Amino acid sequence: MNYNVNEKGYYGEFGGAYIPEMLYPNVEELRQNYLKIMAEESFQKEFRALLKDYVGRPTPLYFAKRLSEKYNTKIYLKREDLCHTGAHKVNNTIGQILMAKRLGKTRIIAETGAGQHGVATATVCALMGLKCIVFMGEIDIERQAPNVARMKMLGAKVVPAISGSKTLKDATNEAIRDWINNPVDTHYIIGSVVGPHPYPDMVARFQSVISEEIKVQLKEKEGKENPNFVVACVGGGSNAAGAFYHYLDIPEVGIIAVEAAGKGIDSGESAATSALGKVGIIHGSKTLLMQTNDGQITEPYSISAGLDYPGVGPMHANLFRSGRGEFISITDDKAMQAGLELCKLEGIIPAIESSHALAIFENRKFKEEDVVVVNLSGRGDKDLDTYIKYFNL
Amino acid sequence: MSRIKEKLKQNKKLLSIYFTAGYPKLEDTVEILEQLEKSGVDMVEIGLPFSDPLADGPTIQASSQVALKNGMTTNHLFEQLKDVRKTVSIPLIIMGYFNPMLQYGVENFCKKCAEVGIDGLIIPDLPLAEYQEHYAETFKKYGLINIFLITPQTSEERIRQIDATSEGFIYMVSSASVTGSSEGFGEEQEKYFQRISSMELTNTLIVGFGIQDSKTYTQATSHTNGAIIGSAFIKMILEKGLYGISEFVSSIRKV
Ligand SMILES: Cc1ncc(COP(=O)(O)O)c(C=O)c1O
Repeated sequence: MNYNVNEKGYYGEFGGAYIPEMLYPNVEELRQNYLKIMAEESFQKEFRALLKDYVGRPTPLYFAKRLSEKYNTKIYLKREDLCHTGAHKVNNTIGQILMAKRLGKTRIIAETGAGQHGVATATVCALMGLKCIVFMGEIDIERQAPNVARMKMLGAKVVPAISGSKTLKDATNEAIRDWINNPVDTHYIIGSVVGPHPYPDMVARFQSVISEEIKVQLKEKEGKENPNFVVACVGGGSNAAGAFYHYLDIPEVGIIAVEAAGKGIDSGESAATSALGKVGIIHGSKTLLMQTNDGQITEPYSISAGLDYPGVGPMHANLFRSGRGEFISITDDKAMQAGLELCKLEGIIPAIESSHALAIFENRKFKEEDVVVVNLSGRGDKDLDTYIKYFNL
Repeated sequence: MSRIKEKLKQNKKLLSIYFTAGYPKLEDTVEILEQLEKSGVDMVEIGLPFSDPLADGPTIQASSQVALKNGMTTNHLFEQLKDVRKTVSIPLIIMGYFNPMLQYGVENFCKKCAEVGIDGLIIPDLPLAEYQEHYAETFKKYGLINIFLITPQTSEERIRQIDATSEGFIYMVSSASVTGSSEGFGEEQEKYFQRISSMELTNTLIVGFGIQDSKTYTQATSHTNGAIIGSAFIKMILEKGLYGISEFVSSIRKV
């Protein structure tokens, strides 16, 4: 079985481009050009150089000795938290800004939830001297004030999304509406492996540098390219797509996707899409989606602002449906404890999103000789406020 | 013959109104339809509200939210429309996003439409290729016409393709914009209306998005066969209630 996208833009039954006609020319332009542009030598050269010198890649693959001792297995951390701007998001924004330039676009729009993708987009726009507008839910603007300030310092305009529930999905709606209103000069940098084809595939390819590096680094450290398991948290699923990418078709590598259970799967306040979602359409993609029986999209909840998306990328919907991926959901409380544990054991303060991936070890047991790579998607600086409140620091 | 095709044959400038079902009050749907027909409107788009209307501006977003809060559901809309054909005879089209229809079951949805007397569907986020591959047969089976959109950016080749797939009319989106723009039409739109009109398509052209008064209606219909008003109608209802309908319709038609 092939777990990548097919020529029609589908992963199994998921994906496609369910977009209004107004977006068709833009999305079609991208679809026809993205593979060609990415294959150009000049593109690859510029992309690789920026990843190395600007983002700081390759990010280390770190053997977490004390964490491994505690859980009696071999745990490696892929240190995406050490990327410039503090998370894996920048791998994608670097790729997309180069794409936008080659498509002749002069105005960049993006959506953001926690603000990480907004910051990563504002950063590359500053780098390239392009105009940047970031849509952000009004409620998230209040919750994530430091990232709003960072975006402004980087020269971006932050526009509050005041429609619907005023969070990530509404910010995405507003970005799409802006693209409808500005079809000619604008490129939309989507922040995860979501949206209409070709976005999920394009973003996955930009993020695939993560597993590309893991292979090389693991070979050095363990004498083999393939771990027994790769673990990543899934909001929309971009850091997971990057960490899984080069292992998708290697059956002996177990793939573990970790979703946010929020206050518990059955609490009504959760973001565990694989458990709670049904097939539906969100932001142009057919995927698993949290919704009412009547097909209205519902508002997810997680303590981590980067995981509360009501859908999941179509690649992941297919990994779930086909059984290729193991899906685990982690509550707020477990994630917070796991975050604190990593601080104490390894001296690393993780993003709360990444803490979800770290939290699986308590219940999901591995063999002593198993090599388990956890994608540490981001650092916890942006989450200090939440950590402070939660632990009364 | 379908009510839509019959209406298009009348060869006059058509006025079509969009409103959100369940707004302002949950049970207003049928009364709005009756009043629109009485006021001389040619055709109606009944908006099935959706939580995330991507192609809509603030007015329709807000009316959709209110309608959902009022308790509008797909089932309830069909329930309301059960006897609508006893009192309303103009063509009725349901306009809505694809996800609620997908959840209802596309076949089931089409069947219900046929039962209550719906003539066609406008589904902005159901693309042409998907429709042709998966749903065209079902729509035909239940006698439903699917209406496609074109925009100023749509290529000539694609317009021809859409024309070949369409029956009835093509929904011409007036400008690169979500619904509810109040900027009016300038030279750019005039050229676009002319350009499409001179393509001599098989299907009738009806313009929507940004039509708000008699001036924009006249501009939109000078090269086409009709126009659709949505946001401006919803704003009027919010201000004046259902009593304002007939006055609104005559104000559009007066030249
Ligand atoms: C550190 C971090 N990890 C994970 C995510 C979730 O996104 P994705 O699932 O696309 O990796 C985010 C999103 O903001 C993030 O900031």
